[in-house]
Amino acid sequence: MIQFEKFTLTNGLRVIVHQDLSTPMAVMNIMYDVGARDEDPNRTGFAHLFEHLMFGGSVNIPSYDEPLQMAGGENNAYTTNDLTNYYIQLPAENLETAFWLESDRMLSLAFGEKSLETQRKVVCEEFKEHYLTKPYGDVWHKMRELAYTKHPYRWMTIGKELSHIENAQLEDVKAFFFKHYRPVNAVLVVAGNVTVEKIKTLAEKWFGDIPSGEAYKRSLPEEPVQAAERRLEINANVPLDALYKCWHMPGRLDRRYYVIDLLTDILSGGGSSRLYQSLVKEKKLFSNIECHHFGSTDAGLVVVEGKLVKGVKIEDAEKAVEAELDKMKNELVSEAELQKVKNKTESMIAFEDMSVMNRANSLAYYEILGDAAWMNYELPKYATVTTEDILQESRAIFRSENSNTIHYLSNN
Amino acid sequence: MPDRKQAPAIVDAVNFKLNLKPYQHFVLDNGVEVYAVDAGAEEVMLTEWVFFAGNTLEEQNLVAATTNFLLRNGTTKRTAFQINEHFEYYGAYLNRSCYNETATITLHCLTKHINELLPVVKELITESTMPSEELAIYQQNMKQRLKVSLKKSDFVAGRLIDAYLYGEKHPYGKYSSAEEFDALQRDQLLNFYNQYYLQGKLIMFVAGKLPADIDKLMNRFFGDLPNKPVEVKHPALHPAMEKKVRITNDAAGVQGSIRIARPFPNRHHPDFLKVQVLNALFGGFFGSRLMSNIREDKGYTYGIHSYLQNHIQHSAWMISTEAGKDVCEAAITEVYKEMKELREEPVDEEELLLVRNYMMGSILGDLDGPFQIIARWKNIILNDLTEQYFYDSINTIKTISAEELRSLAQKYLQPEDFYELVVV
Repeated sequence: MIQFEKFTLTNGLRVIVHQDLSTPMAVMNIMYDVGARDEDPNRTGFAHLFEHLMFGGSVNIPSYDEPLQMAGGENNAYTTNDLTNYYIQLPAENLETAFWLESDRMLSLAFGEKSLETQRKVVCEEFKEHYLTKPYGDVWHKMRELAYTKHPYRWMTIGKELSHIENAQLEDVKAFFFKHYRPVNAVLVVAGNVTVEKIKTLAEKWFGDIPSGEAYKRSLPEEPVQAAERRLEINANVPLDALYKCWHMPGRLDRRYYVIDLLTDILSGGGSSRLYQSLVKEKKLFSNIECHHFGSTDAGLVVVEGKLVKGVKIEDAEKAVEAELDKMKNELVSEAELQKVKNKTESMIAFEDMSVMNRANSLAYYEILGDAAWMNYELPKYATVTTEDILQESRAIFRSENSNTIHYLSNN
Repeated sequence: MPDRKQAPAIVDAVNFKLNLKPYQHFVLDNGVEVYAVDAGAEEVMLTEWVFFAGNTLEEQNLVAATTNFLLRNGTTKRTAFQINEHFEYYGAYLNRSCYNETATITLHCLTKHINELLPVVKELITESTMPSEELAIYQQNMKQRLKVSLKKSDFVAGRLIDAYLYGEKHPYGKYSSAEEFDALQRDQLLNFYNQYYLQGKLIMFVAGKLPADIDKLMNRFFGDLPNKPVEVKHPALHPAMEKKVRITNDAAGVQGSIRIARPFPNRHHPDFLKVQVLNALFGGFFGSRLMSNIREDKGYTYGIHSYLQNHIQHSAWMISTEAGKDVCEAAITEVYKEMKELREEPVDEEELLLVRNYMMGSILGDLDGPFQIIARWKNIILNDLTEQYFYDSINTIKTISAEELRSLAQKYLQPEDFYELVVV
């Protein structure tokens, strides 16, 4: 059980305090309820570019990083399709420095032209490093466009294309900030060697006078139910053929999410998982194969991806994958196999919760999702999943009309 | 209303008193030394078996790494599938890694399951069979993986710079090829296994919420291994003559992988800890000179880092970045400019205090939790250092002067000493 206390400032900022006196450190985690899904389709990559600009100085503090480093702190941030998260770890004695820095950038950024110009370049290099120069690096751009026709999961967090980032203007940046980066759309978690009374005082002092902002009402286009299978063939300068298959799945708040999470672990979650044992070890069709899912808030995708052994025909490899999925659809998995993936989940949660930083991050995530307390009810939700659920969900998900397939073929 | 222009008062991290929580030490019946740190709130533990079975000891390339990999792929009693199923059923993670001097087996598990897991680890150490079938799958899949990796400029650059620094034949510089994967024979692996695992020298590290009888438990399973001494080898270095290299790996590539590196002595050299501070200032953290200039000012790259390589016998000082193809040469020019600046201008007190505070805060944060504490101890023990090394490093961070840093820059940051490689 992770203990915490929650209160809300008059401007709507939710504050969660989690005390752990065994560490000399404190963590501040601020999550904003905005991600790549909230972007204009013609200006994608914005939420992530924005994350970079958050380090370019705020209205009263020219440099964000230096004072934090001076206080012995470290920080980082990440953006997903669903949310944006900023976190700081520093010696607990210097916690107020984190309040000072984070509240000032929630108040307002400096919006410097130079910072925008530099970070546009940095993000373009990030785009190249991760998605253009790596073999198979463009596959998720292509897959998202294939699997989603309406929902903004159509594009990746980094953006649809370089030009969207290159063309970002300062007015867009300001508008985005004042729409999304307001107290009412954020969750502040403070964890570690701290007391609730002290955090109440500090939160009121530093964040209390920031204008509330308007609550963001998300209304995203819903993805229509897929009615026919979709296929795409890519020929590229890669050394091996690769197979990518995706199926639509329910969102994070659906009970079926937990069934699917365990189901993907049965298929691929280690050396004794089904796809690995059958297709890599026994049939030797793939040199590696994985099954996972997006873990996204809105309806996501279940993914099977693998690289083929040289000489294997992709049609044969795909049939073998289908045969394994047919087993999931036709036969109950054994109780022991289900117990195995439940045990793995229990252990994974225990290891994750070792770090104060992870605990703070999880509290913020569940609060954005609906309620921080949900963090403590995850294991019981997994515990209720039955072998019959796995069978039903396999039948519901692994249908050809629900599938999107990419054959990524080597042209050398 | 708070005064937002005014930074809150801070306690300088240099004033913190940092302590490395001591380990408990016990010796098994066969002389195997076990280092234990009992701490943490979660019911989890880490056990690590360190064998002197690294690639320094192999006669033929890839034998050490392959033996280590195949430890989990079959014993006289169990197939690879059954072994994996056993550990996975208990939600445990069993990993193995091969380094230069050592090779390890690492087990992360819930403490309540340790009794079910140790007997199977014992089996891996004493009854592995290295099945031919498993070797064949490994060879095929590793060759395929290598083919994909060789398309990546960062992978190619990483291999080549090590080969330049240490020599292609040296354990720190050698790299894999499809032919060498093909050349592997099961007998070689069995011999290596027999000599360096079954009969080999072992040191153990355990951390987390430990069972009360941890010493008896480990002795019961691992106290009867032969634990024979292993003589560490010290192969000679053969650094490359040519210092500046440009390679085109993919003519259509949009980025270049830049590696700039010079040889550097190991942790026993009196300059090592001092240079860690100079390195932080130069390129060791987000606020470093290289990052501020080349990423934050010029936007040439998503990130640039410098570091001392983590080797036991010899080290190297490395600068590493991926930059736009058309700005690679400009980025390199800036790296040398930053070296020059450090050689000529002593760092001002404020920037130096920032580096000190950052480093201290970083160590304080890093000592959080039993796994991090045991990792520090492991580093000290395997490098043949003592507890004093930890306190010396703290002391160096607190007291090194701007003038000392400048003279170290003059000694080590000389462009002509550096290898310089760009792979596009």
